[in-house]
Amino acid sequence: MKVLRYITPEESFRQYRRRLEAAGLIAIGLLLLLAGRFFWLQVVQFERYHTLAENNRIALVPAPPPRGAIYDRAGRVLAQNYTAFTLEITPDKAGDLDQLIPELAKLVEITPADVKRFRRALAEGKGFESVILRTRLSEEEVARLAVNRYRLPGVEVRARQFRQYPYTDVMAHVVGYIGRISARDKEQLAAEGRTANYRGSEYLGKAGVEASYEPWLHGRTGFEKVEIDAGGRAVRLLARTPPVAGYNIHLHLDAGLQQVATEVFGEHRGALVALDPSNGGVLALVSRPGFDPNLFSDSIDQATWEELNHPLLRPLINRALRGVYPPGSTIKPFMALAGLELGLRTPSDSIQDPGYFSLPGSSHRYRDWKKDGHGVVDLKKSIAVSCDTYYYRLASQMGIESMHRFLSQFGFGRKSGIDLEGELSGLLPNPEWKRRRFNQSWWPGETVIAGIGQGYMLATPLQLAVATMAIANDGVVYAPQLIRAWQEPESGRMHYAAARVLGRIPLKPQHLEVIKQAMVAVTQPGGTAAAAGAGAAYAFAGKTGTAQVIGIKQGARYDEKRTAAHHRDHALFIAFAPAEAPRIVVAVMVENGGSGSGTAAPMARKVIDYWLLGKRPDAAHGGMSTREDTAEEVEREDAAPVPAAGEPEEVPGDAR
Amino acid sequence: MLAERLFKRLTAHLDPVLSGLLGLLLGVSLIAVWSASAGNGDKFVAHLVNITVALTVMLLASHIPPQRLMQFAPLAYAVGLLLLIAVALFGEVVNGARRWLDLGFIRIQPSELMRLAVPLVLAWYLHQKQESLRSLDYAIAIVLLALPVGLILRQPDLGTALLIAASGFFVIYLGGLSLKLIAAVAVLAVASAPLIWHLLHDYQRRRILIMLDPSSDPLGAGYHIIQSTIAVGSGGLTGKGWMKGTQTHLDFLPERSTDFIFAVLAEEFGLIGNLLLLLLYTAIVYRGLTLAARAPTLFGRLLAAALVLTFFVYAFVNMGMVSGILPVVGVPLPLVSYGGTSMVTVLLGFGIVMSVATHKKLVKT
Repeated sequence: MKVLRYITPEESFRQYRRRLEAAGLIAIGLLLLLAGRFFWLQVVQFERYHTLAENNRIALVPAPPPRGAIYDRAGRVLAQNYTAFTLEITPDKAGDLDQLIPELAKLVEITPADVKRFRRALAEGKGFESVILRTRLSEEEVARLAVNRYRLPGVEVRARQFRQYPYTDVMAHVVGYIGRISARDKEQLAAEGRTANYRGSEYLGKAGVEASYEPWLHGRTGFEKVEIDAGGRAVRLLARTPPVAGYNIHLHLDAGLQQVATEVFGEHRGALVALDPSNGGVLALVSRPGFDPNLFSDSIDQATWEELNHPLLRPLINRALRGVYPPGSTIKPFMALAGLELGLRTPSDSIQDPGYFSLPGSSHRYRDWKKDGHGVVDLKKSIAVSCDTYYYRLASQMGIESMHRFLSQFGFGRKSGIDLEGELSGLLPNPEWKRRRFNQSWWPGETVIAGIGQGYMLATPLQLAVATMAIANDGVVYAPQLIRAWQEPESGRMHYAAARVLGRIPLKPQHLEVIKQAMVAVTQPGGTAAAAGAGAAYAFAGKTGTAQVIGIKQGARYDEKRTAAHHRDHALFIAFAPAEAPRIVVAVMVENGGSGSGTAAPMARKVIDYWLLGKRPDAAHGGMSTREDTAEEVEREDAAPVPAAGEPEEVPGDAR
Repeated sequence: MLAERLFKRLTAHLDPVLSGLLGLLLGVSLIAVWSASAGNGDKFVAHLVNITVALTVMLLASHIPPQRLMQFAPLAYAVGLLLLIAVALFGEVVNGARRWLDLGFIRIQPSELMRLAVPLVLAWYLHQKQESLRSLDYAIAIVLLALPVGLILRQPDLGTALLIAASGFFVIYLGGLSLKLIAAVAVLAVASAPLIWHLLHDYQRRRILIMLDPSSDPLGAGYHIIQSTIAVGSGGLTGKGWMKGTQTHLDFLPERSTDFIFAVLAEEFGLIGNLLLLLLYTAIVYRGLTLAARAPTLFGRLLAAALVLTFFVYAFVNMGMVSGILPVVGVPLPLVSYGGTSMVTVLLGFGIVMSVATHKKLVKT
């Protein structure tokens, strides 16, 4: 083995020093590299890491606001919050759920539906958020859980706010309901830039006032800024922006009237709208059958869901604004007014009614409902006895275009603008519409039947009420409006909603007077609603209507008994009272109710009796109780603050 | 009088400058551990005890004459190597790695012993052959180094293996190994990188990949790096103030009193604190190398310099790891991190450095 080299200690030491210095230089280089890295992180990139550290430690925990309550005009509670205890499980802390749930079932009642709902919520949840297993625990159940809490990790009993609708199905279509925020709702909220305000909220208004006044009722979500550790546990509260409760909404609606208007339907399907003609306030708005809005707070079981979507009953449909029906003879007062205003008729112009009308040069007979006719008929009688022939002739003389122009002033064929969602606009036909819709020209015969509210024309009960209000109000039409006021939750300060004028129809007072008198005659002896009007303590103006559901062949007789229940005519009635100074306008529609005089008119009578006289129909006792009695009773139950009366101030910004 | 003489006698072999610098660093350690343990008195007391024990060990080591160390070197190495073989055969598997040996009364990690034994034995060997260094001697030295490193790599413990390899390399390099050969080996190492990549364990590869892109596993293995980088970066120029580091005190920083303690300092004292700490380490290394160069024997020079350079490598690797430029290898920040073993090993090393620098007259040259 060759010796590499012989080196002296001095040489060795010099080499060592050289190499040590080299190592030292490399070390200094590495230290500079570190210093550079620190400079990069701590100076150049400081903002970025500062933000990251802040995000790391600070979490915003939303504090959802209490939802505003809904009251009727007398301060009765229509929707309110209540606190209930819920049994909740935090999956991350709970361990084996398959063991835990049966264990819990020994302590409190847990239905398979509860478990199913829990599993579904679990799948959507985030693990560290608690998921509700049972709601509305009884005091006893809460106590039992508290005792066993030590051996149930991840199980929590929490107080949560729930929504309650004391009037259940009576108010269902007006007040509506809240439901869980769905994926679609989330998209909608995002599109409107409202997502942030709904962090922490689980429910929003889905129908009725709950939906249309959602932004008012919801309030503003507060936030708690908390310092959290890496495990997400709150260590310290840094700042708190308290939530701002939603506004309380006070409606024009009268719960007592609504109750009566609901009861009068019995088993009938249909809708009733009662308006205050002085401002368009909705006093009652009923759609039957109803449903229990309380069901929607929890998830609904299959059987109930099917019931709610029954193809014939369809209780979820608000028939008052989404049901469209031929207005039938209720159109006649408007037609008569058109005849007067357009100079086609005077009140005394009479016809000889043979029981039918034929267009010139045609043998086709448009039949009156009375086979042999009404004899000599003037304008007043034409309304009182609901003579069809009179209006066949008037309509054919007037022409469809004039008819369309005149009637559209009353709100037919367009939305009334009520502050509820989903209103339909009905249909006021004209030749242009028919061309667009069917690519066909208008037939003269179609004008004839339009004169008695048949054919293409369709109206909602709400539209009928609005049009009736125009007569009652001498041409002034207000937008129907549910909201009477909104109230600041803390100060209790009320903001009154102003009435909105939809239009002022220029009508001659003497013409209106004639029509009003004719409508009063309807409920008097000889009129079609004489039975319903018997003994009325006020001037009761009305008009019956019967809308055909199926066409009846020429010459065939209408046999009510033989027609299947769902092919029977719809019964209609429009009314206002007292005729000289109306305080209430009513439109009633009873699906397959038979005749307006027999079914719909008595309903309107009862509703108006209650409103004007305080008389309450009482089926059980066959007598009447007074409105004041019941109102007091309800008030005592609800113990809600009665809002102070005040002058209208302003309209909510985006009321629909 | 007596006490004064006793003190003088005890501290005779301590270097006052280096001792002062180490004392400063231990002061930094106390500040950092207090913050990292959030005022946990027990941990702080345990840390004080560790420091006291380690300082005592340093004091004792400074009194050991270098000849005694040279005599002891081959034995320490042999025992260490045997223990490493025993680990490979009978070792306990903890976290997927076979590193511990259970001797019944005590569980030891023989690789810790090798941190000192390897530079010791190499310095001893080269010292023996200093009169006539042949290429065979370097080959033997390399084998002496490769054996323990290979065994530790197999455990597997990449971090420790690389650091021991570094300490051994320093001895051989300072001992005069041909620079051409070193360059050749370096080129070979770079060229064989793909092969080494192939031989690495999955978790080792993952660590390297995650170091390159920590965001690829933000809640798993990348978490440490991301959180410590945030801690360092958010410290800014002047830091958040002592005991006010949010990353530290809100539990985001993992292993904050041990391997990641540098992040605590960086967060609370900022860039200025970091640069002061780098300066302190530089001063210690400079003083250490100065002392090493003063050693009268080749053994002393090689050993002391290798220990000081290894100390530097530890500090660099730890700070590089915490600030995200090196993979997470599980190396404590020397003399700052909480932990008795590291504290004792490092101060034992400095005791030896002071010993070889001060035992001049006893050595024949």
